[in-house]
Amino acid sequence: MKKLISKSGLHSNRKWALYTSYGFLIAFVIFFLFPPYFMLVTSLKSNTEIAELATNPWIIEHGVTFEHYWSLLSETSFLTFFRNTVVVTLLVVAITMVVSVLAAYSLSRLKFWGSGILATGIFLTYLVPETLLFIPLFKIVGWLGLLNSYWVLVLVYPTLSIPFCTWIMIGYFSSIPKELDEAALIDGANHIQMLLKVFIPVAMPGLIAATIFAFTVSWAGFLYPLAFIYSESEMVLTVGTVTTLIKGDVFHWGGLMAGALLASAPPVILYAFLMDYYIAGLTSGATKG
Amino acid sequence: MSKLKRKYSNGVRSSSFFIWLRQRSTIAFIMCVPLLLIVIGLVAYPFLYSIFLSTLNKAETEFVGIGNYLFLFKRETFWLVVKQSIIFALVAVFFKALIGFIAAHSINTIPSKGQRKWRGALLIPWVIPPALSTLGWWWLFEPTYSALNWILTEFALPTIPWLSETFWARFAVILVNVWFGAPFFLIMYLAALKSIPEHLYEAASIDGASSIQKLFHITLPMMRNIIAITVLFSIIVTFANFDIVRVLTQGGPLNTTHLFSTYAFRVGIESGDIPLGASVSLFMFPILAILAFIILRNVRERALNS
Repeated sequence: MKKLISKSGLHSNRKWALYTSYGFLIAFVIFFLFPPYFMLVTSLKSNTEIAELATNPWIIEHGVTFEHYWSLLSETSFLTFFRNTVVVTLLVVAITMVVSVLAAYSLSRLKFWGSGILATGIFLTYLVPETLLFIPLFKIVGWLGLLNSYWVLVLVYPTLSIPFCTWIMIGYFSSIPKELDEAALIDGANHIQMLLKVFIPVAMPGLIAATIFAFTVSWAGFLYPLAFIYSESEMVLTVGTVTTLIKGDVFHWGGLMAGALLASAPPVILYAFLMDYYIAGLTSGATKG
Repeated sequence: MSKLKRKYSNGVRSSSFFIWLRQRSTIAFIMCVPLLLIVIGLVAYPFLYSIFLSTLNKAETEFVGIGNYLFLFKRETFWLVVKQSIIFALVAVFFKALIGFIAAHSINTIPSKGQRKWRGALLIPWVIPPALSTLGWWWLFEPTYSALNWILTEFALPTIPWLSETFWARFAVILVNVWFGAPFFLIMYLAALKSIPEHLYEAASIDGASSIQKLFHITLPMMRNIIAITVLFSIIVTFANFDIVRVLTQGGPLNTTHLFSTYAFRVGIESGDIPLGASVSLFMFPILAILAFIILRNVRERALNS
């Protein structure tokens, strides 16, 4: 009898925990998703409906329109921003991956005098925020003649992406058993072959995680382009959307929201497909040590 | 085996084991050269150059020593920035950690087949570039059309001057930062929760422990380390945040929401006083250095333990 009571107590306890969990999750989903939902609703409304104060702003009452998206693509520099962002991001990802894979291979396997200090230094560099360095970099890129050109981003973004990517690649490479590279060495493979044929294929999940990180840093970067780029033709999506689409006395909220959503779409789509790799890469430091 | 023989019959390569060793470390060093160039040229050098810049006058023609720092100490705005940066970082990180923990714990409680879906939905704020999602918040806070105020009016509550009153503007920038940053805590905590061995909970259940007791005697102690690292890391990132305040309030009203980064941007880039701007952002350094030191010690300890 006693056992029965405790069992049903346990059961209701678990049920209660389940209900509270769902309650919290629903509350958080509302909190986390209402701003993007509102952005979407605004971007699909006509200007007259946006300007109406009496109607419910959270729903579309007078029909869906794509006019903001069309005018965004045809009347603004949005496509230029998009192209610039794609060029910068692809180059930054490529540079980041080459530099960090080489360094991670070296630091995890070969070791040289000072390599331990360097590994610590990389971790510390990862903790240096961009907001600490944008003012001296403003002077430095000025000397290099890169001010007001999106090429400046190809130069400076790797400082934000490489440290973390190297750090996670060191983690993934270190977890590859040493027997594997000994076998490859005995077969006469040199370091480049070993890197390409053994390390990169085995550490592919880490590579994907690092690529997504570099992509995110580059796509979402805001401070550096805001500080270093002034011409509309050189701007990237974040700064272009924030600075050029809100000019004038009347805010074009519909167009602004359409721009923000379209500019956010590539990272959101990328994450939808590769989220698991990214989370595994990000938390590997947390769970493995 | 034959390849191995060929390798050692090759006179140049096998002349000395030590040459090979030296070659190996040379190769290793060469592979790190691109990284070293970037870290030295674009992180270490700019940092040192920033210290030098901060000792010059506005025209960068004269050495003024610590003049810029002394000037800042006398400015009321600077002390506002110090105060607001600390409030912003501590309050935002506290709520991010709290929401992240509750969300992670909730996801971990529900049946595992639904977990991925909920996690995906809750990560969306973190995936949108913050400068762009803040535009959406800005529109939500817009004085005339504020959709949040519309809801308040529907419930017959007074409307809120979101971005024009100091308290509410500070509330707004913290709210947006919590909204953006809580998912990061969620994934870190979720990974940590999954790594706690199930048998600890089973043993506790047999001993008749309640879920609250399990939370305080198993979950939290097991997660102490990861909570510490995530919080410290987030304090750095939040303290140095730029995008949200820049887009939402630009430091207003009356400079009361400025952080070090946005104030440095205002002074250094917009007003053209580069040395003073450099001094402002360098004030972040001692705090960041202390936090980085603690994180590093933590990470090292974990590496030694595992």
